[in-house]
Amino acid sequence: MVLAIDDLTVDFTTDRGTLRAVDGVSLAVASGRTLAVVGESGSGKSVTALAAVGLLPGSARIGGRIALDGEPLTPDRQRALRGGAMAMIFQEPMTSLNPAFTAGEQVAEALRIHRGLPPRAAFEAGVAMLDRVRIPDAERRARQYPHQFSGGMRQRVMIAIALACAPRLLLADEPTTALDVTVQAQILALLDTLKRETGTAVVLITHDLGVVADHADDVAVMYAGRVVERAPAARLFAQPEHPYTVGLLGAVPKLAGGAGRLASIAGTVPDMRSPPRGCRFAPRCPFVIARCVAEAPPLMEMAPGHASACWRAPLSQVLEAA
Amino acid sequence: MMLALEDVARRFGTVRAVDGVTLSVAQGQVLAVVGESGCGKSTLGRLALRLIEPDRGRIRFAGEDLGKLSPRALRARRRDMQLIFQDPFGSLDPRMTVEQAVAEPLILHNIVPRAKVRERVAEMLTRVGLRPELATRWPHEFSGGQRQRIAIARALASGPKLVIGDEPVSALDVSVQAQVVNLLQDLIRDLGLTFILISHDLGVVRHIADRVAVMYLGRIVEEGTTAAIFTAPRHPYTRALLAAVPGQGGGAPPLEGDVPSPSNPPPGCHFHTRCPFAEAICRVESPALEGGVACHLADRLPPAVAMAEAEPGGARLARLQEFFKDGARA
Repeated sequence: MVLAIDDLTVDFTTDRGTLRAVDGVSLAVASGRTLAVVGESGSGKSVTALAAVGLLPGSARIGGRIALDGEPLTPDRQRALRGGAMAMIFQEPMTSLNPAFTAGEQVAEALRIHRGLPPRAAFEAGVAMLDRVRIPDAERRARQYPHQFSGGMRQRVMIAIALACAPRLLLADEPTTALDVTVQAQILALLDTLKRETGTAVVLITHDLGVVADHADDVAVMYAGRVVERAPAARLFAQPEHPYTVGLLGAVPKLAGGAGRLASIAGTVPDMRSPPRGCRFAPRCPFVIARCVAEAPPLMEMAPGHASACWRAPLSQVLEAA
Repeated sequence: MMLALEDVARRFGTVRAVDGVTLSVAQGQVLAVVGESGCGKSTLGRLALRLIEPDRGRIRFAGEDLGKLSPRALRARRRDMQLIFQDPFGSLDPRMTVEQAVAEPLILHNIVPRAKVRERVAEMLTRVGLRPELATRWPHEFSGGQRQRIAIARALASGPKLVIGDEPVSALDVSVQAQVVNLLQDLIRDLGLTFILISHDLGVVRHIADRVAVMYLGRIVEEGTTAAIFTAPRHPYTRALLAAVPGQGGGAPPLEGDVPSPSNPPPGCHFHTRCPFAEAICRVESPALEGGVACHLADRLPPAVAMAEAEPGGARLARLQEFFKDGARA
């Protein structure tokens, strides 16, 4: 496994008490694979990714184990590898690009630091990288500043920086959420191609189940700081085994139409300062039984590679009982 | 027609945000205006309510020319036309309780006698699925979905005939978004609202609109019934927009390039720089919207590829999802 996260916990101290944003998350991604981490706001998906690359604020208390290619990732190692063997791209490229440096200089910087290339060679390799992420006229564009690029082109520059040193691991946090749909399609197709060429392991953090269906090999569904279901992508869509996944799939309006009301999950996500005892989805779950309220369900294997944290899974039992 | 726009245009500096739009909505209909950022859809919504003034063109609301109304008469008309914004955090005043926020339009437009205001606020809150006891709370005490319900209650308090929703569910998480989509559908039906949905989310559009207008760089490129737009799109841009929605297998080759800058749109058909079918005429002559489509080649294009959205969950998933509808319990 390129990335292996085992029993990760992340606590934040707030003025109203301690908040456990991530509560016992385990994930793994192999070379050349894309793992999508899906969830709504407050699910802990971004915090999990930031913990993996060591970008959480100092106030965060982190527990559990994180390893890259089998080697534990200590804060020192995270700092040394960030931008080199592991890279991250975010939703809004403008917040990560430096407005005072040209696109070419910013790609070259990664190559100078992590590859030790001399400035001239680094810049030339940077131009080649911009060309590789299909920025037209890369030689000229390399000398332009971030504000001279469109949103889609900026995200390409970010990807060029992230992939310049051929990272083992790429964490992409909602990389296309701020982009128009036609540009989103270009960027996701580009990421797929680059991943195939380089064998980079990708963690794709998204709220968009359509993106997951088209671009992920495996999926982890997070809810209120925990992984509630984990499966190969095709399997998750064909046979979801956690009620939250079922509700989420039904809540997305379909392009193919289908009149009538959307399935909707009643209520709201729990306050993470005082999450429900037992299963955190229980207060919103139509299949809830007494055990769900009393005892938190662990991830249980339903089929090879497919696990659900639900006392009522497999859910065909619920249908038979109804 | 509840609302009819005729050749409406508006510039901001060099940007032709809305560039000659003719469009109408019948009483009780839901019209969606879709397009990517910079296409002018939000500006169009504000022009339709005369929240901003057009440079040219005419806007008729229930037969009345909004451009001819005095400021005072326009203010009185506002009770019939309301806007719901994307961001309920921005549209609710943090210093007003829920009751004050919902009561404000009632008092402003003198909808009910003062003594009845509280009762009417409670009724509106119930209508949008909030407990009336919450009326004394402040906006910051609510989640995003609840805040959008409050914003909807406020918009509907004066009993408007026409409501424009500018990305009304885009800021919400998927599960909460579905609740608010269901609520909007109920309200449109129960109150007989005419509704203009401004949105980039084609799934939501398909779900609630009767008709769809597709905009690109300030112009309408296609307009028609929702079923026609989604099953037999004619304009190459409409086709590309639909094909780009994720969840269809990712097989369609994505459209090349970015949306050009609206301050310097390409000549001729604005879309010709990205259009796989473009011919010489497209580069020089701007196509008129005729028979629902603005494309020189509309009659000669190959048929659109049918959308192939996979529904791998089948009957089992559909049965499980039944439990998630309207508070059903297993």
